[in-house]
Amino acid sequence: MMRKIFAAGTLLAVSAMPAAHAGATLDAVKAKGFVQCGVSTGLPGFSAANDKGQWAGLDVDVCRAVAAAVFGDASKVKFTPLTAKERFTALQSGEIDMLSRNTTWTLTRDTNLGLNFAGVNYYDGQGFMVHKSLGVKSAKELDGAAICIQAGTTTELNLADYFRSNGMKYQAITYDTSDESVKGFEAGRCDVLTSDQSQLYALRIKLKNPGSAVVLPEVISKEPLGPVVRNGDEDWLKVVRWSLFAMINAEEMGVTSKNVDEMRKTTKDPGKQRLLGLSGIKGQGLKLSDDWSYNIIKQVGNYSEAFEHNVGMGSPLKIARGLNALWSKGGIQYAPPIR
Amino acid sequence: MSEMMQEKYAPGTHPDWEPPATEVGVIGWMRENLFSNWRNSALTLLGVYLVYLIFVPLIDWAIVNADWAGDTRDACTSGGACWVFVKVRFNQFMYGFYPAEEYWRVNATAVLFALMILWLTVPRIPLKRVAGVLTLFVFPIAAYFLLGGGVFGLSEVETTRWGGLTLTLILAVVGIVAAFPLGIILALGRRSEMPIVRALSVAYIELWRGVPLITVLFMSSVMLPLFLPEGVNFDKLLRALIGIILFQASYIAEVVRGGLQAIPKGQYEAADALGLSYGKKMVLIILPQALKLVIPGIVNTFNELFKDTTLVLIIGLLDLLAIIKAALEDSNWLGYSIEGYVFAGAVFWIFCFGMSRYSRALERKLHTGHKR
Amino acid sequence: MTDHTDEQAPAAASFWRDPRKRAIVFQVIVLAIVLGLGAYIFHNTLHNLEKRGISTGFAFLHNEAGFGILFSLIPYDETYTFGRTFLVGLLNTLLVSAIGIVLATILGFIVGVARLSHNWIISRLANLYIEIFRNVPLLLQILFWYFAMLPLLPHPRQSLAFEGGIFLNRRGLYLPAPVAEPGFGWVLVTLGLVIAAVVVLRRWAHRRQEATWQIFPVFWTSLALLIGLPLLSYGLLGAPLDWDYPALKGFNFQGGMTVIPELVALAIALAIYTAAYIAEIVRSGIQSVSHGQTEAAYALGLKRGTTLRLVIIPQAMRVIIPQLTSQYLNLTKNSSLAPAIGYPDLVAVFAGTTLNQTGQAVEIIAMTMGVYLTLSLTISAFMNWYNKRMALVER
Repeated sequence: MMRKIFAAGTLLAVSAMPAAHAGATLDAVKAKGFVQCGVSTGLPGFSAANDKGQWAGLDVDVCRAVAAAVFGDASKVKFTPLTAKERFTALQSGEIDMLSRNTTWTLTRDTNLGLNFAGVNYYDGQGFMVHKSLGVKSAKELDGAAICIQAGTTTELNLADYFRSNGMKYQAITYDTSDESVKGFEAGRCDVLTSDQSQLYALRIKLKNPGSAVVLPEVISKEPLGPVVRNGDEDWLKVVRWSLFAMINAEEMGVTSKNVDEMRKTTKDPGKQRLLGLSGIKGQGLKLSDDWSYNIIKQVGNYSEAFEHNVGMGSPLKIARGLNALWSKGGIQYAPPIR
Repeated sequence: MSEMMQEKYAPGTHPDWEPPATEVGVIGWMRENLFSNWRNSALTLLGVYLVYLIFVPLIDWAIVNADWAGDTRDACTSGGACWVFVKVRFNQFMYGFYPAEEYWRVNATAVLFALMILWLTVPRIPLKRVAGVLTLFVFPIAAYFLLGGGVFGLSEVETTRWGGLTLTLILAVVGIVAAFPLGIILALGRRSEMPIVRALSVAYIELWRGVPLITVLFMSSVMLPLFLPEGVNFDKLLRALIGIILFQASYIAEVVRGGLQAIPKGQYEAADALGLSYGKKMVLIILPQALKLVIPGIVNTFNELFKDTTLVLIIGLLDLLAIIKAALEDSNWLGYSIEGYVFAGAVFWIFCFGMSRYSRALERKLHTGHKR
Repeated sequence: MTDHTDEQAPAAASFWRDPRKRAIVFQVIVLAIVLGLGAYIFHNTLHNLEKRGISTGFAFLHNEAGFGILFSLIPYDETYTFGRTFLVGLLNTLLVSAIGIVLATILGFIVGVARLSHNWIISRLANLYIEIFRNVPLLLQILFWYFAMLPLLPHPRQSLAFEGGIFLNRRGLYLPAPVAEPGFGWVLVTLGLVIAAVVVLRRWAHRRQEATWQIFPVFWTSLALLIGLPLLSYGLLGAPLDWDYPALKGFNFQGGMTVIPELVALAIALAIYTAAYIAEIVRSGIQSVSHGQTEAAYALGLKRGTTLRLVIIPQAMRVIIPQLTSQYLNLTKNSSLAPAIGYPDLVAVFAGTTLNQTGQAVEIIAMTMGVYLTLSLTISAFMNWYNKRMALVER
């Protein structure tokens, strides 16, 4: 038996990685030639596979940006779809190199699970969606409501806190996946569907008649979602973090995938020159090639492009920038400067 | 009167009286089986009503009123089943996200597998032992390289893209094939005279048989990575398979133990009398007879496992049921979940029903040899 | 036989030729391998947990859970601990299993007997039932009953209302909940006394029948006693039971008892699936009783019903019960599919949400598996006991 499993193991085992000293992940990723990225099993706009099995979405674009930075090729990334339950174990065990799966940054997760959050690619907050026919205008009117929810998320805790602090009662019907919770909502098992607001918009387009449901104005929690890496590997953390920052900085400077080639040739702006790896520290600190950020912008686009294309006005979700607008435009997306 | 009759016919040409019309033919059969007394008649009427209640709307929905033609949901107008949905997604249901230009590899594996099974099951083809060894050892490796690629110029297809019926079959077949040797060892261990070996085997078997598969799958998906030395890890499919194999081995062990117990004691004693060692006794005398006896039981175990593979959707693998569920989320095809579930049910039913029939036929055939 | 070889082998025979010594060495090696493997896994796990900064131990059971659970048999809200969620989940598992077992047994016996019916249509229908439901995955059946049946029920505001404050809608079946008032205890006491009396009556009737051959109508008398006397005492005490009626308040019905649709769908799916297996067991059990038994009973002048009750069924039960027990066990294990439709059983509540909130996979999975293992070992212990008892009866 041992022999069989061992044989199977040697056949199928993905990789045996060296111990996680600083820089180990980056070296391992470079050696194997692709980034293994954990994404959700399917959340429109963030990470979803189309009918040909190709992945797309805002979370997916973070993975692709990292691949572009490391290899100069955004397609050198493989995706592992993960359920909410498995995501942290998959990262801890080294099955994936990074997790980009609408994961909320919390104190417990940052400290108790051996994880490091690399940044925030979407500022979210928990909201409620109700059937229009109920005529509810505010979450404060939800006393006694039946609420559909997805298991294994911070949402369950926020919901309990919110109703408790407002002295209201509720009935939580906890499904295993968001698909089932939306099905339960549509079937009328519950009055309310609660989730991160971005997800509510994403799930609403799954309804047979999206117009029959409204998202309530209340946001009852802070949900900063971002990519996650393992503890104890600073170099890799920085690669992921600055890949995201490069996208945000590019938006701030107005560099897009369309004008980046021209900018690179003509720009006199020292900030843009540093961003595009023409001057300054370039890729050296990150142990990457000098055109790492150029590759991200060229192949994946800046943050605004990724946002609009996946979840914004260029997508069926039509989510407004809101909190996710740049700090200079009334939002809170802010990236440290590249210099 | 009787004399007169006798005169009329030559000896041997006397025609038998026709049985009364109420005793033979359709009417007689109905009297016998449907209307023998008032209770029976009432039951028959109830049965007919049930059939009417269930099957008329079902056939109406599934066949008469169903839509077959077209490729979009607009084609579904008649109000019956919308099989267009299944038709459009059919390839995905079969192959998962396997790249379309590589489908031939899955097909080739399936054909290979079917040939091996034919070789093993059709009595007239000789060299069963060769077939057994090929199926157990050579075929899995060949199938792995054929599906996974990365060698001989075949492009690599990661296991995350495997799905649909292909994945269901892989899980079930690998699960049973790899669990088989372990199951035999455990069965022998349980019947061993060595107390420690026996105790360990019993503990293993009872432990795995006592827990639901879903907790085993949870274990393999969240706990297994913790058991391994740092840095070593398996991919998700392999982890699920390890869980299934460990779980399944205990069920096979119990089936094989049944076979071992059914072998008459004289066989053991005769082998001992010939001075055969334990290994020779088992491999040459006992196991060949016992394994023949347990084939129906193994087929039943496989049947159960085949149905249970649907649980992998809970750990995020895209087997047939999971991929159908995923397809139901497509906003272009919302609201056809009944069609999807009925299709999944039909596919599973065909496989399971076929196998259970086969195992029953086999049981009848094999039983003759050991009845005394 | 081994002894024989031993005697013949010269004392100086090499160590490896003595089967007994060889067996000991072999066992020591096996044990060493198993223990070594166990220690290796244990070591790896501890190392990994420490390295990744994951907390260990069972202290988390005392932390506040902070999430709501749809349905609980014991008082529960967000302020209770994770330990309490374990208990809630466990009780919900036991509840759905118990309901499923009762339904599956009834349905299984009906279908099993129908399968043997002389009526062609009935036996074909029973066969069809068995072949369909046994050969389709249970998970699929659960999803089907839940997601396909749910939309057929009305919305809360168009609930089906029945006599006596009973309502049915998509959120469940709402029933009035009994609230005991002082004096109700006496009704229960009466019930207890009546049960005792019935037991005594049965013994007496049995003894009298053996002595005098007179048959006493035990069944009907007991039934009358069991229903009549408690009702009488209930009436005499002035109906000391109040009902808490459900009423539509805001979104949903409040008050009373609720049977949630998840429970119903899961119990029905489990029952329908398992009944197909039970039917086959019942059929083979009845068929295993040789026809001579029936003929002998008829020859003695026993009636059809009496034959079935006193001759066939007791013998068939010996074959049926062990297999039935293992089906009950399967049903209990299969109830772990609950998370698929959101029924808060042990796996959903504890191995699901609690695992997620605490991240302590090893402890939680081990506890969950431990529960099922305990249930299973208890039932197999019962089965062994039963088999032994039955074997003694055999002559």
